[in-house]
Amino acid sequence: MQINSPQFKERAKTALHDPSLQKALGNLRHGFPGKRAAAVARMPEFEQLRDEGRDLKNHVIEHLDFYLEQFETKVIEQGGQVHWARDAEEARKAILDICRKANAKTVTKGKSMVSEEINLNDYLEEHGVHPIETDLGEYILQLREDHPSHIIAPAIHLNLDDVSDIFSKKHGTERTDDPAALMQEAREMLRKQFVAADVGITGANFCVAETGSTLIVTNEGNGDLTQILPRVHVVIATIDKVVPTLEDMTLFQRLLARSATGQEFTVYNTLSTGPRRSDDQDGPEEYHVVLLDNGRSEMLGGDFQEMLRCIRCSACMNHCPVYGAVGGHAYGWVYPGPMGAVLTPKLIGIDKAGHLPNASTFCGKCESVCPVRIPLPKMMRHWREREFERHLSPKGVRLGLGAWSYFTRHPKLYRWLARAGSFGLKLMAGKKGRVHSLPLSKGWTAWREMPAPEGGTFMDQWKKQQRQAEEN
Amino acid sequence: MSNAREQIFANIRRGLGRGPLEGDALDHVRQRLKAHPANCIPARSALAFNEQVNLFKEMALEAAAELHELDRLEALPAKVAELLPELGGGPLVMASEPELTALAWPEELPREERVARAGDHVSLTGAFAGIAETGTLMLLSGAQSPTTLNFLPDTHLVVLRRSAIVGPYEAAWQKVRELGGTWPRTVNMITGPSRSADIEQKLQMGAHGPKRLIIFLLND
Amino acid sequence: MSQQTPRPQVGLFVTCLVDMFRPSVGFATVKLLEMAGCQVDVPGTQTCCGQPSFNSGDRASTKRLAKDVIDAFDGFEYVVGPSGSCIGMLHHYPALFAPDDPYRARAESLAERAYEITSFLTDVLNFDAILADYEHRVTYHDSCAGLRELGVKNQPRQLLEKVGGLDISEMEEAETCCGFGGTFCVKYPDISNRMVSNKTSNATATQADTLLGGDLGCLLNMAGKLKREGSPLQVRHVVEVLANMTDTPAIGESQYDLAKEL
Repeated sequence: MQINSPQFKERAKTALHDPSLQKALGNLRHGFPGKRAAAVARMPEFEQLRDEGRDLKNHVIEHLDFYLEQFETKVIEQGGQVHWARDAEEARKAILDICRKANAKTVTKGKSMVSEEINLNDYLEEHGVHPIETDLGEYILQLREDHPSHIIAPAIHLNLDDVSDIFSKKHGTERTDDPAALMQEAREMLRKQFVAADVGITGANFCVAETGSTLIVTNEGNGDLTQILPRVHVVIATIDKVVPTLEDMTLFQRLLARSATGQEFTVYNTLSTGPRRSDDQDGPEEYHVVLLDNGRSEMLGGDFQEMLRCIRCSACMNHCPVYGAVGGHAYGWVYPGPMGAVLTPKLIGIDKAGHLPNASTFCGKCESVCPVRIPLPKMMRHWREREFERHLSPKGVRLGLGAWSYFTRHPKLYRWLARAGSFGLKLMAGKKGRVHSLPLSKGWTAWREMPAPEGGTFMDQWKKQQRQAEEN
Repeated sequence: MSNAREQIFANIRRGLGRGPLEGDALDHVRQRLKAHPANCIPARSALAFNEQVNLFKEMALEAAAELHELDRLEALPAKVAELLPELGGGPLVMASEPELTALAWPEELPREERVARAGDHVSLTGAFAGIAETGTLMLLSGAQSPTTLNFLPDTHLVVLRRSAIVGPYEAAWQKVRELGGTWPRTVNMITGPSRSADIEQKLQMGAHGPKRLIIFLLND
Repeated sequence: MSQQTPRPQVGLFVTCLVDMFRPSVGFATVKLLEMAGCQVDVPGTQTCCGQPSFNSGDRASTKRLAKDVIDAFDGFEYVVGPSGSCIGMLHHYPALFAPDDPYRARAESLAERAYEITSFLTDVLNFDAILADYEHRVTYHDSCAGLRELGVKNQPRQLLEKVGGLDISEMEEAETCCGFGGTFCVKYPDISNRMVSNKTSNATATQADTLLGGDLGCLLNMAGKLKREGSPLQVRHVVEVLANMTDTPAIGESQYDLAKEL
C-alpha cells in the first residue's frame, strides 16, 4: 500500500469536506461505542479480564522467544510448515513460493491487515497469481481498487450507494439498493471462487504455542471457506500474535469480540492445527505459517514495547474523535487511529508518519477502552519526543515553544507577558467580548471567536487584594 | 530462511536483554505451558447443570440460532423431513457419524454422506459440545465429520446432546484434551448463523456461511 | 471558626489561562476553598504546568519547569487548581525524573497533594455547603484529563445539585473531547473544528442555556465556537456557578451584549 501519511493534513481536510464519507463515519460514531458499552455492562468481570489480558501479554512479550519456539515445534509436529520472515519482502517471497509450488492461479484471502502491511495482493498479481478477497468489505474494496480504512470494518468509509454502483458495474447485474440482495450477490460470486482457488491465505488472531494452532475470528465464515476448500492453507501472522495456551487464547477471545463489535462472541472462532489428517474427508493438504517480524522485535526493550500487546480489536479507533472526524484513509497507510498513530511511525518511519502521533488531543479515550490497556497517548507522546529530538517538528512550533518555555521559567517576565496578553486581547476585542480574527492564531480564528480576557491578570489582582488586606 | 529465523530470535533476545531462557525461568514457563492454568472465568456460567442448559438456549437464540428440542434421537429423521422442503430441499448432506447414520431415515428423504459442495442446501452434523457462556457450539473435524458441512450449505442442522453442554469455554477445551490422541485439524466454535455488517454497519444475516443455524437439542 | 482543627493549607495553582483570561475563576476557586475552611495562599513564582512543552515532546524544558513548580508548592498541605488538565499534568511529573533523582520523590509528593477543585471539595473535604443560586438549565462537558486521568465525573454534578434553581440536562457524548487539545486546535484546526462543532450541537440539543465545564481551555474553545455560530448559549467555568459569582459576563460575552438582552 502506497504511503500517504505525510499528506495527513491535506487528506484530513478532504475527508472533512466529503459529505458521503462524513455520513459513513456517523454510522461508526453512533454504532460501535454503544455496542461495546452494552457488552461490557453485561460482563461484570470485564475490567479484571483487561488486567489479566495486559499482564498475560506482558508475560508473553517477556518470553517471546520461548513461546515462538514452542509454537514452531508444535506446528511442525502436527505436519505443518513454518516460514520465518524478517521483513515484508521475505514474507511476500515465502508466500509466492508456496503458491508457485502449488501451481496456484487464484488464491482466496481471508481478511488480514498483515497482508496489507506487506502489500501482498499487488505482489502476487505482478507475479501471475490472482488474489481474491473474500471478506465482504475487502471484496467491495478490491472491486473498487480501494484500500481498507478500518482494521475490522474495512469498507466503513463507503455508503450503500457506493456498493450498489460497483456491484452493478463489475458484476454486470441490475443495480439494487437492498443490502441483503447485495450480500447475496457477493455470496454467489465468491462461492465459485472459494471452490476454484488453489491456495487460501488467512491471517491469525492468535497463534497457540501449546498446540501449534492458529485461530481466526470472523462473522461471515469467509475465513473458513478460504482455509478448508483450497489444497493449501497459508497463515500470515506477525510474531506478536503468539499466546501460550488455549486458556490464554480464551481470555483474549472474551476481550476481542466485546471490544471490537460489542458482540458476546464472534460467530466463527476457528482453531486450525496442521494439514488435514490422513482419514479426514476435507481440509487443506498443506498448512503453512509465515511468521513475520517486520520491526516488531525492535520494539522490545524500548518505549514502544507495550504496543506489542495490541490484539487489533479496533476499539481505540472506534472511540477516537479524530478518527471519527477524518476516517482511516487520512492516516495514509495500513493502520489508522490511535493504534496506527503508535505503530505506523515504527513501521514506515517517524519522518513520514510524523503527523499521526501529533494529530491527537490526548483525550485518553483510546486508552480507556483498550482491552489490554496500552497507554496509547503516552506512546504518541514518545513519538513527539523523538521528533523533537531529531528536530523534525516545524520550526515555528519549536521557536514558539522555546520562547514560551523561557518565559515560564522567569516568573517576572512571565507576569509581564500575561499582563500584556490580557491587555492586548481585551483591547482588540473592544466592546464585543471577543476577537473575530487574530493574525498569529489563524488556526483558532478561522473557525471560532477568541473570547476576550476579563481584564487584568489574576496574579496582579490577588497581590493587590493581599496588600489592601494588610493595610486594613 | 533459517538465517531469518536466527536473526529474529537474536533481535528478540537483544531487545529483552538476555540469552535463551534457562534454569528456573525456563522451568517456570514450561511448567505454565504444561499446567495451562485458567485465567478469570466469568461467573456467568457457574450454574447448576439445568441452569447451564437454559443459559445455552438463551444465548444461542440471542445469537439468532434456531432451537428444536427432541426427547429421543429417533424423532430426528421425521423432524428433518418436515423441515427439508422449507430449506430448499435435499439432498440432506450429512456427516457419517454412526449415531446419525444408524437412524431410520425415510426412503423418500434424499440423503448423502459426504463433504459439502457449492449448491448444497442443507447439512446435518453432530456437535462435540455446547458452551453455555455464549450459546456456542463446538465441532471437531474428523473422519466422520468434514468441516465443509459447517460452512458451505445454506442451512446447517446440528444435533447437540444436552449432556454435551458445559459452562465456560475452558470446560470445552478440557473435554477436547480428554479425547487424547491427535489434536483435530479444525475446531469450530460457532455462535449463530453467518452475518456481516460491512455495508453501512447494518447487520445482514447469511454472508458466506450458513444463513440458518438450526440446533436440535437432544434431551438425553 | 473554631481553631481546634487546623485549617487545611492550600496552595492555589492558578493555571496560565485563568491568570490571563479569566481571573474570576481563580477568585471563585479561592472563595470555595475558604468557604470549605481552607487557608489559601498563591505562590508568586508559579507560571505554567508545562503541558505545552510536555505534549510537544520537549522533555528537557518540561523537566526544568516541573522543578520550578515543585519548588513553588513545597510545603503546602494541598495544591488545588480549577483545571483537570493542569492538575493532571502535575500527576505526570514523577515519570519525568529518574528513580534516584531527588526530585522524583518530591514530584510524587506533589502529585499526592494535587487536586482538581471539585474533586478536592468533594473527595477530600467532603464539603457540599454550596450557597449559590443559578436559575438556569445547564449542561456539563466532562473535560478529558479531569475525567480520565483524575476521575472527575460526579463531583461537579454533586456540587451543582446544591445550587438553588439549577437544573442539569446531560448532553449526548458529554465525555467526548471538545477538540481543544492545547496546541492541537491550532495545529489541526479543521479537525478540531469538526470536533467542537459536534460538541456545540450536542450541547445545543439539550436546550440548556448554560454550558459548564471544569477546564478553561475547553471552555474557551467551545465558547469561541458557539459565539461564531451566533449561539445564545452561555459558557462558564463550574466554579463561577458554585461560588455564586455569575454577575460577570460569560466567556466570550461582554456587558454590552447583556445590556442588549435586558
